[in-house]
Amino acid sequence: MNASLSGRAASLYTMLALGYAFLYLPIVLLVIYSFNASRLVTVWGGFSTHWYAELLHDDKVLDAAWLSLKVAVVTATGATVLGTLASVLLVRFKRYPGSTLFAGMVAAPLVMPEIITGLAMLLMFVAMEQTIGWPAGRSMTTIVIAHITFCLSFVTVVVRSRLAQMDMSLEEAAMDLGARPLKVFLVITLPLIAPALMAGWLLAFTLSVDDLVISSFVTGPSATTLPIVIFSKVRLGVSPEINALASVFVAFVGCAIALGGTLSRKQD
Amino acid sequence: MSARGTLKQKVGRFLVALPPYGWLVVFFLLPFLIVLKISLSELQAAIPPYKAIFAWAEDGILQLRLNFGNYSYLFSDELYALAYLNSLKVAAISTALTLLIGYPMAYTIARSPARYRNPLLMLVVLPFWTSLLIRVYSWMGILKNEGLLNSFLMWLGIIDSPIQIMETNTAVYIGIVYSYLPYMILPLYATLEKMDLTLLEAAADLGCPPFKAFLKITLPLSMPGVIAGTLLVFIPAVGEFVIPDLLGGPDTLMIGKVIWAEFFDNRDWPVASAVAVAILILLVVPIMLYQRNESRAEAK
Repeated sequence: MNASLSGRAASLYTMLALGYAFLYLPIVLLVIYSFNASRLVTVWGGFSTHWYAELLHDDKVLDAAWLSLKVAVVTATGATVLGTLASVLLVRFKRYPGSTLFAGMVAAPLVMPEIITGLAMLLMFVAMEQTIGWPAGRSMTTIVIAHITFCLSFVTVVVRSRLAQMDMSLEEAAMDLGARPLKVFLVITLPLIAPALMAGWLLAFTLSVDDLVISSFVTGPSATTLPIVIFSKVRLGVSPEINALASVFVAFVGCAIALGGTLSRKQD
Repeated sequence: MSARGTLKQKVGRFLVALPPYGWLVVFFLLPFLIVLKISLSELQAAIPPYKAIFAWAEDGILQLRLNFGNYSYLFSDELYALAYLNSLKVAAISTALTLLIGYPMAYTIARSPARYRNPLLMLVVLPFWTSLLIRVYSWMGILKNEGLLNSFLMWLGIIDSPIQIMETNTAVYIGIVYSYLPYMILPLYATLEKMDLTLLEAAADLGCPPFKAFLKITLPLSMPGVIAGTLLVFIPAVGEFVIPDLLGGPDTLMIGKVIWAEFFDNRDWPVASAVAVAILILLVVPIMLYQRNESRAEAK
């Protein structure tokens, strides 16, 4: 009995380990081959940091990275503000005219294929420009609006669960003592849900930096984000320079997660 | 006093509701109505490349010109039907594979000692934070003919010549399973972790073998997680563009690729919109299933 039990456990853990290998091996190989001296990605030609140096001189990549960073910071901030308000609406207001429509509109972007969201947003921007003259052309502004729209749903998922778990008695006590609703929200609620806001901000940031499909639709010739540049290079085939760029990206995300983890542990 | 209080409260509530509600109506609901409108308009060689569906006739009557030609075009050209069916097939097979790989992983994490669960789960989610594009790209170097997998198998002596994986449906399956695995594992873990283990003990005491107990107790109880995970993978996989474009070949017809080509290569906005509306109709049922499943889980 015991032997079969531990045998089962062993096979389950083996499966889990294989699953992790499946998840991590491609990324590890990608990073290893970014240090390959040979241009042929699959033939090891010795250790070299040549491709990283090449990257530093690629103005197109650097400009795109800078734009992506700006878009992501504005998007994450906007999506966090709107997502927090949306969470308050969903958790605290419960029933009001149009509440079902709102719940649907918040949930739909989570599963909507990006290609449809992207197409829909572009057609709307074009129609708006025709009728009210804004936004004039496609630029960073249209990318940010599109990104906020799909990111705010993800922020809402994170924030609303924290808000729903929150102890209401603290807010009630403050109200009983005469605090106004806005003050209660700023002094009591906001600090309590701050870790969720932080997590939501980081999630929106990475989703925005990562997005290719929606950006491709709503961008114009003046605004090229990093994924658009990577995609146009990747379509031409595998190259060590993309490996280097991808490795920098992985390292950057790794640092952001480590920072986020440390901050939230301090909070708790 | 109290009446003024409630009025004030109402104004306050309205001010909280307005920004997110208004934003989603203008930037999410409205775009879909516009897609519907443009899918019913005619193509013209201008900017923007479609004709208005409302027009003022000479005697001041508002005319509505609807063009269902874009939809009948979808039926007349075999390409679209094939792309739809193939998208559904690829999404279904990939979702089944994701479930087969994700379930044992979620199960093992949920049954491991409590202090290891969060770190183990973190390890599943971590790759999700790096770019999808980069994760798909990493498989290109592995799967192509002179890639790492073929070199490794040839070095082992298992095969003599490279096997073609890149640019086939198999590569697309691998790409989708790899990219969407966390979406499957998270909801599965959430239901498996909440499960009451005394049920299994009771079954064991009554002489039920472990595998039977799994089929009769664990699997039915984890169904909400299975449904949520399956839909979270299936729905976006149907419209997936990046994965079939980079890993699939010219034969890998998928509806996301068709929209992209209609829009960017053919510049036919009305047909691209009609294809998008058709996908939406196809996806309405699974999306509603997902919503119901979620609201039920919340009610519990």
